[in-house]
Amino acid sequence: MSFLSYLINGISLGSVYAIIALGYTMVYGIAKMLNFAHGDVIMIGSFVVFITTSATGMNPLLAVLLSVVVCTILGMVIERLAYKPLRGASPLAVLITAIGVSYFLQNIALLLFGANPKSFTSVVKIPALNLAGGKLIISGETIVTIVTCIVIMIVLTMFMKTKPGQAMLAVSEDKGAAQLMGVNVNKTISLTFAIGSGLAAIAGVLLCSAYPSLTPYTGSMPGIKAFVAAVFGGIGSIPGALLGGVILGVIEILSKAYISSQLSDAIVFGVLIIVLLVKPTGILGKKINEKV
Amino acid sequence: MSMLKITDLEVYYGVIQAIKGISFEVKEGEVIALIGANGAGKTTILHTVTGLIAPKAGKIEFEGTDITKTPAHKIVSMGMAHVPEGRRVFAQLSVYENLKLGAYTRSDKTEIEETLEMVYKRFPRLKERRNQAAGTLSGGEQQMLAMGRALMSHPKIILMDEPSMGLSPIFVNEIFDIIKEVSAGGTTVLLVEQNAKKALGIADRAYVLETGNIVLTGEAKALMNDESIKKAYLGE
Repeated sequence: MSFLSYLINGISLGSVYAIIALGYTMVYGIAKMLNFAHGDVIMIGSFVVFITTSATGMNPLLAVLLSVVVCTILGMVIERLAYKPLRGASPLAVLITAIGVSYFLQNIALLLFGANPKSFTSVVKIPALNLAGGKLIISGETIVTIVTCIVIMIVLTMFMKTKPGQAMLAVSEDKGAAQLMGVNVNKTISLTFAIGSGLAAIAGVLLCSAYPSLTPYTGSMPGIKAFVAAVFGGIGSIPGALLGGVILGVIEILSKAYISSQLSDAIVFGVLIIVLLVKPTGILGKKINEKV
Repeated sequence: MSMLKITDLEVYYGVIQAIKGISFEVKEGEVIALIGANGAGKTTILHTVTGLIAPKAGKIEFEGTDITKTPAHKIVSMGMAHVPEGRRVFAQLSVYENLKLGAYTRSDKTEIEETLEMVYKRFPRLKERRNQAAGTLSGGEQQMLAMGRALMSHPKIILMDEPSMGLSPIFVNEIFDIIKEVSAGGTTVLLVEQNAKKALGIADRAYVLETGNIVLTGEAKALMNDESIKKAYLGE
């Protein structure tokens, strides 16, 4: 029974990674850049929920909604101010800028909220599920996290069939050809940042509900792990983000349970190295064969 | 009336001048061929006209409107479609999804359906394969898809870049027949081709390009009998 319970916890943690990884992978697919500030958007989103619920006593669901709105706008503003001027610049310049934005957000949070960890009150109010006569307990947070992840995946798959979704896929394949169809590439990139950052807000709330300690650095480690998940699954691929995230979460929880909790991160990153050695494009990453 | 008018166009790639001040025009209903060897600047001209590259100097007018600085994504809805070199279909999307993206700037659903039926009628093979990923089509089929996709925007003028490149002779004939049909249907055509013989065969007028300059122009039929053209481009 304990194995099953670890497995479920792993899937739950992995679902959070998957939701964050979606932001990485979509932005990479469309803008061909790694947005290392993505993890810190999670942290900002969590602070929005923390402050509104603890200071103003706002309804948690309303607070989550507000956090999604704030992060969506934040994502679009970051793209507009920091990345858009660099369109056409070398990928290295964009990468360094993204790291800069990441530190900027962390330090803004440090200035506004201080370095002391805040104890985050879970927004999930549903009771835990008791199975097998109390031997297997699944917490409300776990259920909500997994269900949320599934819903997001379904909605996103449906969105990709809509006109803006198709425009995104077109831009990710061939920017120039997409422009010839009349697709506004700048708007499409902005939309991608909006969606990715909105999802980051949801991931942040889920993460902090399960691990209720919030600091300005809360987003950085899950951000990096979600990036690993995105690469692991095949960067640019949406199902890859889901698969990579869940596998990573399961590996992390199982190695914490059976091997060593100190070593779990080393194992997670070790797995990434092995995957990249064996299959550099990730599990579901496509090697683009161009027909000439 | 001239539909597309290019005046003293100059285009640079960094410090290298690719187009050295050329002027030409396309009148409504014409089929115009731009012919020339590799590197003459044919593709660069088309990319500049549809806004993918910004020119350093010169003017591009479409139906009397200056579009020199108009961004690429706004040009389609004005009535200009571009079939790019190498097809550039969206390989991971289905044939149907590619065609729908061709109508991206249009909003009337019934009109889009009508155009789709028209495209399917002209390219029955695309209808058969409408649910297949575009990347799995053969080169000739991809060319048809690229043309069908451009027609989905219901253009007044269609720019075609090397439509016969890399295709088998049978497909080449088919593609040129389709260009004739498109033209007969009332769409103006600006055709860039290395296959000078075929291009001159269907064009009204042609411009011959050499390293960024127009060196010769005239009626297509007259150019076909021009000794220098015969020697340099027709292999006779």
